[in-house]
Amino acid sequence: MQTRFSFGGDEHIFAEVGEAMSLEAFFKSLFITNAVRDAKIKGVTEICPANASYQVKFDPDQIKPDDLLTELKRLDSASEKSEPVIKTRIIEIPVLYNDPWTHETLMRFRERHQNPDGTDLEYAARINGLDSVDAFIKAHSSAPWFVSMVGFVAGLPFLYQMVERKRQLQAPKYLRPRTDTPKLTVGHGGCFSCIYSVRGAGGYQMFGITPMPIYDPNQKISYLRDFMCLFRPGDIVKWKPIDRAAYDAAVADVDAGRFAPTIRDVSFSLTEFNRDIDGYNSKLDGVLHGR
Amino acid sequence: MAVKVLKPGLATTVQDLGRPGYYHIGIPLSGGMDRHALVAANLLVGNPEGAAVLEAVFMGPELEFTEDATVAITGAELPPKLDGEPRESWTSFKVKRGQILSFDFLKQGARGYIAVAGGIDVPVVLGSRSTYALGALGGFKGRKLEAGDELPIGDAAAAGRDGRTLAKDLRGQPAGMPTELRAMPGLYWHRITEAAGDGFFSDTWKVAPEADRIGYRFKGGKPLEFVPREPPFGAGSDPSNITDACYPYGSIQVPGGTEPIVLHRDAVSGGGYFMVGTVIAADMDLIGQLQPNTPVKFVKVDMDQALAARRNRAELLGKVRSALA
Repeated sequence: MQTRFSFGGDEHIFAEVGEAMSLEAFFKSLFITNAVRDAKIKGVTEICPANASYQVKFDPDQIKPDDLLTELKRLDSASEKSEPVIKTRIIEIPVLYNDPWTHETLMRFRERHQNPDGTDLEYAARINGLDSVDAFIKAHSSAPWFVSMVGFVAGLPFLYQMVERKRQLQAPKYLRPRTDTPKLTVGHGGCFSCIYSVRGAGGYQMFGITPMPIYDPNQKISYLRDFMCLFRPGDIVKWKPIDRAAYDAAVADVDAGRFAPTIRDVSFSLTEFNRDIDGYNSKLDGVLHGR
Repeated sequence: MAVKVLKPGLATTVQDLGRPGYYHIGIPLSGGMDRHALVAANLLVGNPEGAAVLEAVFMGPELEFTEDATVAITGAELPPKLDGEPRESWTSFKVKRGQILSFDFLKQGARGYIAVAGGIDVPVVLGSRSTYALGALGGFKGRKLEAGDELPIGDAAAAGRDGRTLAKDLRGQPAGMPTELRAMPGLYWHRITEAAGDGFFSDTWKVAPEADRIGYRFKGGKPLEFVPREPPFGAGSDPSNITDACYPYGSIQVPGGTEPIVLHRDAVSGGGYFMVGTVIAADMDLIGQLQPNTPVKFVKVDMDQALAARRNRAELLGKVRSALA
């Protein structure tokens, strides 16, 4: 993988690690952005890892653009030698698939969809060669996902499925974006799932909703008191399908301030993962559930 | 002391110089879209440069003062009135307790800045008082102003200074017709053909109605023709799609190759549309003052020209500081 660098005006350097999405490209972008952060380069103001690229914002009055570019290229070649291991977290996200709120919303925007006569889940199941919505939900929730980028809007995670490429779920975005998406919708576009952190416009297929807030600008939610956004690039997410009763109970717990998300520290090795994906994922599941 | 909002205007928000450091989790800079005007307004009333002010777009608010105050209005030509009597903009003036500050119709530009000595004293969130409405963060309750809001005003360090005017030549760059926005080609420039690239810079575009703090959309130029490719995994099938990436401030994305969007200070931090380049930092203030339908040309520049333009902006600000010291 040869990183392609480009200046984004006089204040940004944009680096495309890979044109296509891959865990290798994501890991490299995560590594280099961590190295840039550790290097504490004078004049660097924002360091943003993304799925298969990254971006550094800088103040050209403090560091010459070409000097920063040279430094990034140096860190880029140094990253080739690094072992792709990260210390991260695995987080369980409960999901009510096929919920009434995204259903109401998707029915309102049916004329903007590829499949006006069905639901987003039915469409996604069909184009991924699965014979039922239940089979699709199983495929979506059985393997963990990497938070490969946080952004678009505050705290929104892009999630990349941790399975072989041929098993990866894919779905196009809506033909025309919706003007509304319920807060905490679990969506999917291209090869990425996401959780909408705020209510608003969106183009991803809608599969369900989580009762677990992931962004709280008022920092009232117990686990968001230290910081208002839950997710960081590199986090691992495991969906947990729940029913309506469990959803309602979780919402009540959140409101009462007693909802405790399941979050465990974990070390992840890309080399070991690639050697035995299913075996590695079941080990991750063990960590999540204290086994 | 407080300012009561009688009428909010169209989309009036509290802004300062912004909230750097959180773009990697999707929280944009925010802050005044015309920073030169924001700083000038603060200096006119004797505030620190980055004190929080009100940014009013297209239409001014109506404000009642509960205590004596010193104010200054800069930016767009949005003529201020005190109890119905015209006042000068780019000039600090006293407001007595109970008086009402209102505005005449917008004459030129898009965004006016209202500084009050002492600054708008909303809570500091992640290092800034700026409003990021999409994330309901910062500013006054995370949103644009509404009638009935009462804005706290900080204690002015010194008695507010009134009767000070900023000379015309220090008020920022006058926009030409068409307005020229200097941009550096780059990012995913290679995705379009040479002819499309030439067309992008030679066409005259117009500001579309979809122009806000997130970004400015432009229309009227020729659609861009793409270099054919196999869609990379994860990018999506449209030729304008990329594997979702981070968006620079000022970056010019062109969804579907038709209508360019220049991201501004409430930018969405990333997404799946390719970008042809980036408007240089020196011209971002100018975008904040563009009205819909304004004709615009993108002018191709390189890094040296961008840095020279940056120095010119810094010199101008230096002159403002000296003039109002």
